[in-house]
Amino acid sequence: MTRHTLSVLVENKPAVLARVAGLFARRSFNIHSLAVGPTEHEELSRVTVVVDVDGLPLEQVTKQLNKLINVIKIVELDPAAAVQRELMLVKVRADLTTRTHVLEVVQLFRAHVVDVVPDAVTIEATGNPEKLAALLAALEPFGVREIVKSGTVGIGRGARSITDRALERTTRSA
Amino acid sequence: MVQGPIPAPPRSATPADAATSSSAPKPDAARRPTPRAHVASEEMTGAQSIVRSLEEAGVEVVFGIPGGAILPTYDPLMDSKKVRHILVRHEQGGGHAASGYAHATGRVGVTMATSGPGATNLVTPIADANMDSIPMVAITGQVGASLIGTDAFQEADIVGITLPVTKHNFLVTDPDDIPRTIAEAFHIASSGRPGPVLVDIAKSAMQSRTTFNWPTELNLPGYHPVTKPHSKQIREAARLLATARRPVLYIGGGAIRSGAAAELRKLVDLSGAAAVTTLMARGALPDSHPQNLGMPGMHGTVPAVSALQKADLVFALGARFDDRVTGKLSSFAPHATIIHADIDPAEIGKNRVADVPIVGDLKEVIADLLPELEREQAQHGKPDLEAWWRQIDSWRETYPLGFSEPDDGHLAPQHVISRLGEISGPDSIYVAGVGQHQMWAAQFIKYERPNTWLNSGGLGTMGYSIPAAMGAKVGQPDRTVWAIDGDGCFQMTNQELATCTINEIPIKVALINNSSLGMVRQWQTLFYESRYSNTDLNTGHGTIRVPDFVKLADAYGCVGIRVEHANEVDAAIKRAEQINDQPVVIDFNVSRDAMVWPMVASGVSNDDIQYARGISPAWDRED
Repeated sequence: MTRHTLSVLVENKPAVLARVAGLFARRSFNIHSLAVGPTEHEELSRVTVVVDVDGLPLEQVTKQLNKLINVIKIVELDPAAAVQRELMLVKVRADLTTRTHVLEVVQLFRAHVVDVVPDAVTIEATGNPEKLAALLAALEPFGVREIVKSGTVGIGRGARSITDRALERTTRSA
Repeated sequence: MVQGPIPAPPRSATPADAATSSSAPKPDAARRPTPRAHVASEEMTGAQSIVRSLEEAGVEVVFGIPGGAILPTYDPLMDSKKVRHILVRHEQGGGHAASGYAHATGRVGVTMATSGPGATNLVTPIADANMDSIPMVAITGQVGASLIGTDAFQEADIVGITLPVTKHNFLVTDPDDIPRTIAEAFHIASSGRPGPVLVDIAKSAMQSRTTFNWPTELNLPGYHPVTKPHSKQIREAARLLATARRPVLYIGGGAIRSGAAAELRKLVDLSGAAAVTTLMARGALPDSHPQNLGMPGMHGTVPAVSALQKADLVFALGARFDDRVTGKLSSFAPHATIIHADIDPAEIGKNRVADVPIVGDLKEVIADLLPELEREQAQHGKPDLEAWWRQIDSWRETYPLGFSEPDDGHLAPQHVISRLGEISGPDSIYVAGVGQHQMWAAQFIKYERPNTWLNSGGLGTMGYSIPAAMGAKVGQPDRTVWAIDGDGCFQMTNQELATCTINEIPIKVALINNSSLGMVRQWQTLFYESRYSNTDLNTGHGTIRVPDFVKLADAYGCVGIRVEHANEVDAAIKRAEQINDQPVVIDFNVSRDAMVWPMVASGVSNDDIQYARGISPAWDRED
């Protein structure tokens, strides 16, 4: 099985996320991460789904997603031609003796400290999943107390926009 | 944006037209500007807006039951001059009736129910319609918008519940959204691959004032069913079909839904290929056609199953490689190149990889294919299929469909069903339940026209027959409609006989009463050492007959006839054929030991088909 990132443009309507997520569940497809948010068009939302599937089942996922009435467009993001990022907030044990070491790690990964208390710091980091995994490994020895991660979001490199193309298509067919 | 919606076409003048022309969803037509004059906006309640929308959508009949949350809509419904409401006795009956109506006419079937239990009772017929691609719109009442999510009285999240079993569904809380939503529901249900659409409307929206505006355009940016096939794929299909030596056309229910029977007939004739018609496609190609080998699959004919296994080319036309057809998937049609044409792209490659995928409406696919195939044949000559047909004919001679008389001296169910088909004829509509009687009805009745065989194929819903037959009779009042039902199925939905009697819907019921859950019993005989766990229903000869179906028929105002001997069969069917002012129930007491043959056991290869118990065809071992 390989990991794939799908960018799914959907109508910004109630229950659309339930339709997308429910489809994965009932067709036995495993979601690794999922992120939803608004786009530059008020009527569109963008769902980024990371799935672990083989090539043929992926085609089936895409076709089934396309059957959902509220799904407008699906693009698989090629990792080589796209920027993909996750956001992570991590709370690490850090007292007077270890704080400088923790801050060194933070600097090394170009992360930020967003909260400090006498015995802990909270770190904000963005990056691709590999970078965040490496950061976590470096922080592990100090004692990781809590982690929260967003799902992956991704965007294709270059000037083209998938929302524009999707909207062009809908107006063309009028 | 798509243009539309347009009202459904009026019912065809003659049954003959109805069979071939009325069933097609017409996605192209839906893109054309609506011929209807602009409907002026009008002040009214949300409830009135619902009824008005149904009228604008061309609905002539609704099968439903009122209740608290849908009550406001039933008031203006009473005054509608265009929409007839038929009060059913259970929401499941209403749903299947809408389905039977849709199947028999090709128009969208409509059912209506209240919130909570009314809506949840619709889940089975909705799931059934979803599996069999039936155009249906279900309107349900929902509790008032302010109560949604509070576990209010008779509240159920029916949109959430039916999410996986509808083509699409809507929750409406703003009365201004009612006309547009209903218009979209009808468009989605009837175009592309048809399916059920549920519209859940809050009671508060029905009670509020609104301005009725019937939309002239629909805004469905994510919905663009492809109907026109790709020309390159069509050329490739034609090339393969012209050069194959052992071709089989694997015809599925899509041929019926797309109204492609006439085109299909031409393709069969031109190609010279063998044709098999699945459970959902019985009648798409006449059974009298010499190239029709009958039904493939678990209880298919030996020639149909064998032809697929030995084929070098399988051309799937609106079929979906269901497990009941393929048997063990990895050994299905092992030598065949696959061409797969379907209007739903997700069906292509779902179960079996297609060498040539074709997405499109079957009517258009075949229309485009015919000239290409003619050109191929003009260039390279007609393919030599003589050896293939010699082989097929030897299967047909050696393994015809048949049955043996039961040892217990009781009536053979296959005899009853054969005689029913012969006496009532190919112009009647036959509606089966699920189980042994369904398989025999698919095997032993000769279907000559599309939309004359209705059954629950995908979901396998026991209880489908009586309400679906009722809906079919409402849609095709001039045709004879026979429900062929089992004693198990019949006890799940026979309350709709009351609806039939009171509303003068004279269906006829052939009850194949073997006093047991026959198909389960057959499996117990074959796979569970004849240990009959919970399959005895005590309704047949030599039992206490609870219920007594003749008395039950009488109680419902139907004519009840009991038949226990072979010599009474014809007379009973002929008598029923004469009765057209009330429903008739014939209680055929048949042998419980009769089994459905041929059979491919679940999960085994189609190569292991058994013609009868312990008898497998002897294959030539050339391959």
